[in-house]
Amino acid sequence: MNDDRLSATFQAVADPTRRNILARLAQGEATVQELADPLPISQPAVSKHLKVLEKAGLIERRSEAQRRWCRLQARPLREVALWATTFQQYWDESFERLDALLEEEKARGHDDKAP
Amino acid sequence: MKASQSISKPAAITTPNDTEIRIERTFDAPRDLVFRAYTDAKLLPQWMGPRKYKMKIEQMDIRPGGRWRFLHIDTDGTEYGFHGEFREIVRPERIVQTWNFEGMPGESIQTALFQENHGRTTVTSIVKFERKEHRDGMLASGMESGLNEGYDRLDELLRTMH
Repeated sequence: MNDDRLSATFQAVADPTRRNILARLAQGEATVQELADPLPISQPAVSKHLKVLEKAGLIERRSEAQRRWCRLQARPLREVALWATTFQQYWDESFERLDALLEEEKARGHDDKAP
Repeated sequence: MKASQSISKPAAITTPNDTEIRIERTFDAPRDLVFRAYTDAKLLPQWMGPRKYKMKIEQMDIRPGGRWRFLHIDTDGTEYGFHGEFREIVRPERIVQTWNFEGMPGESIQTALFQENHGRTTVTSIVKFERKEHRDGMLASGMESGLNEGYDRLDELLRTMH
């Protein structure tokens, strides 16, 4: 992924409407109309969101029989999966483990000195 | 004083400027030991990263100019690679190293400072990115609480895609 693509991916998943659309597409391919129907926004607004998702490489669009279809492209999402563990969570969990390890190591050092 | 009294507190994560992240945390252990936990290839995999990822060190040549590489391995076998180079090693005070998250843009430079006070050690890590977008990309993975819910949703979404 290049820089712009990465920024686009993060920007894309930061929006609740777009996550909603992605969640729907995770169930399978859908038309623009089908995506727009359950959403409380206009179809042009939906199209705008789809454009953002497409630019991020998260969806693929095609036209068939005058209907516009959208399909999920999972790969960029897989690539941000690790980042989905929040930065704070990543370090807090690491440091909790380090706390425990340090206690063990301290106890071990103590034992080593014991006769 | 007792270990049972210690309540783990969150790391203080701040953004001192446009391109840096500062992470500070105090540990109830002497500096030599904390420094060892950061630099010993046997100890590091025992704490670095969330429990759900297995950590595997591929290379860890602790000296200026020495390379390092490790993997976080997800439960489904997905591997996330990280690598870089050690720039400075001052035992037991300071580690400067470059960081790359493989497949992602933007190398960062991390400076970890170890300070001891009354048997406790404070580790301050400054992570400096080349560009604000890279820094923000890293932070977008949850620094703003508003995004957390979204990422829970993303987790769910990813589960459905296996």
